[in-house]
Amino acid sequence: MDNSRKNKLKLKVSAIKDGTVIDHIPAQYLFKVISILGLDNIENQITFGTNLESEKLGSKAIIKVSDKFFENDEINKIALVAPHAKLNIIRDYDVVEKKVVEIPKEIRGIVKCFNPKCITNNEHIITSFQVVDTSPIALKCKYCEKHTVGDQIKMQ
Amino acid sequence: MKRDLISITDYSKAEYLEIMRLAAEFEALPNQDLLKGKVVASLFFEPSTRTRLSFETAISRLGGRIIGIADPGSSSTSKGESLHDTIKMVSNYADLIVMRHPLEGAARYAAEVSPVPVINAGDGANQHPTQTLLDMYSILKTQGSLDNLNIFMVGDLKYGRTVHSLLMAMSEFENPIFNFIAPQALQMPAEYKMYLREKGIRYFEHREFTDILNEADIIYMTRVQKERFSDPIEYEKVKNVYILRNSMLAKTKPNLRILHPLPRVNEIHSDVDKNEKAYYFTQALNGVFTREAIIAHIMNLK
Ligand SMILES: [Zn+2]
Repeated sequence: MDNSRKNKLKLKVSAIKDGTVIDHIPAQYLFKVISILGLDNIENQITFGTNLESEKLGSKAIIKVSDKFFENDEINKIALVAPHAKLNIIRDYDVVEKKVVEIPKEIRGIVKCFNPKCITNNEHIITSFQVVDTSPIALKCKYCEKHTVGDQIKMQ
Repeated sequence: MKRDLISITDYSKAEYLEIMRLAAEFEALPNQDLLKGKVVASLFFEPSTRTRLSFETAISRLGGRIIGIADPGSSSTSKGESLHDTIKMVSNYADLIVMRHPLEGAARYAAEVSPVPVINAGDGANQHPTQTLLDMYSILKTQGSLDNLNIFMVGDLKYGRTVHSLLMAMSEFENPIFNFIAPQALQMPAEYKMYLREKGIRYFEHREFTDILNEADIIYMTRVQKERFSDPIEYEKVKNVYILRNSMLAKTKPNLRILHPLPRVNEIHSDVDKNEKAYYFTQALNGVFTREAIIAHIMNLK
């Protein structure tokens, strides 16, 4: 790769000095990701772009958060809505680390239980699931014990 | 830490056996004032007279006092109070909560909200663990052991929560064999069969009663309900296939006992009632002793 192209690419992803760039978020879940990570409640500088072209996702979103470095537990919460998300950790305009998200063992909140007779769909309760399988994703509800699988998974 | 009983799998094999031991003690001596001075809330958010009476008898024989809801129409929930608020309030009054609720997961949630122990007396189609423990006690009493048994489950194996819980619990014991007799539409769900395969437990599936019945130690009957079939013609085809008759029992093993969670409709012909292998009415009585045992265990009374 020649240097000018490399520099361009670098500029594209490292427009922040220090922080985290979250790329390859499905465009329809941008705001979901923002809310899962609580980015609407922090004071850091955040820029995002959405409806960007992506070969893999059709249309993707990207979020750049200055001076924020996520713990794995924190970032893995977005795996259900953005399983292909890629993280670039930026320090002094350089990508110092790349990460992918992993589906956690437990999921609190975020997802709705598919069972209409589940207590969580009838009263204000934070849902809680054990991830019992990853492909397709199968979530066992802590309350009704039913499995919510693949396409049945809907966000709260 | 307080202990609840929400799902049968919350308890270990050692605890099952401890509850069985206590149940035998209560059978020998049913009236014991262990709950004297204690208040037990009996919250039936959906009517189930049979289970409620069994629990309330157990509590009374232990000398406890009962407060509660028997008729959900009159309860605070019909005035729109949340389960959360009802449980918060009641757990301030009572030392133990026994609850039945039409929604699945309601008992697990109540146990989280309540500082006092919660016993699940049925949460929708989900769990009914005291039924499973009384089934196990009935099996232990009639067979002398919970190991090496050939257990037949008949009827609605798809939606029948009692057979699912019993399957899970009996899988903890040595060398069980399961035989499932059910119509195609009401087969044992794949997840339970997979569970058995993973544990290396043998099971066999049948569409109707055959001579295989002669190998049974336990026949566990359930109702085949019309509303479970999307196609009424399917129901008409199978409705008489899963009726157990006395004539089918001629060559069965002498130790065989027939269980049913009750109420039955027509799945056990009344000519079976006179057979000494019919055990379903005694099974119901065992429920009182088992529930005394569960309460004593949870409340650390013994
Ligand atoms: Zn649920």
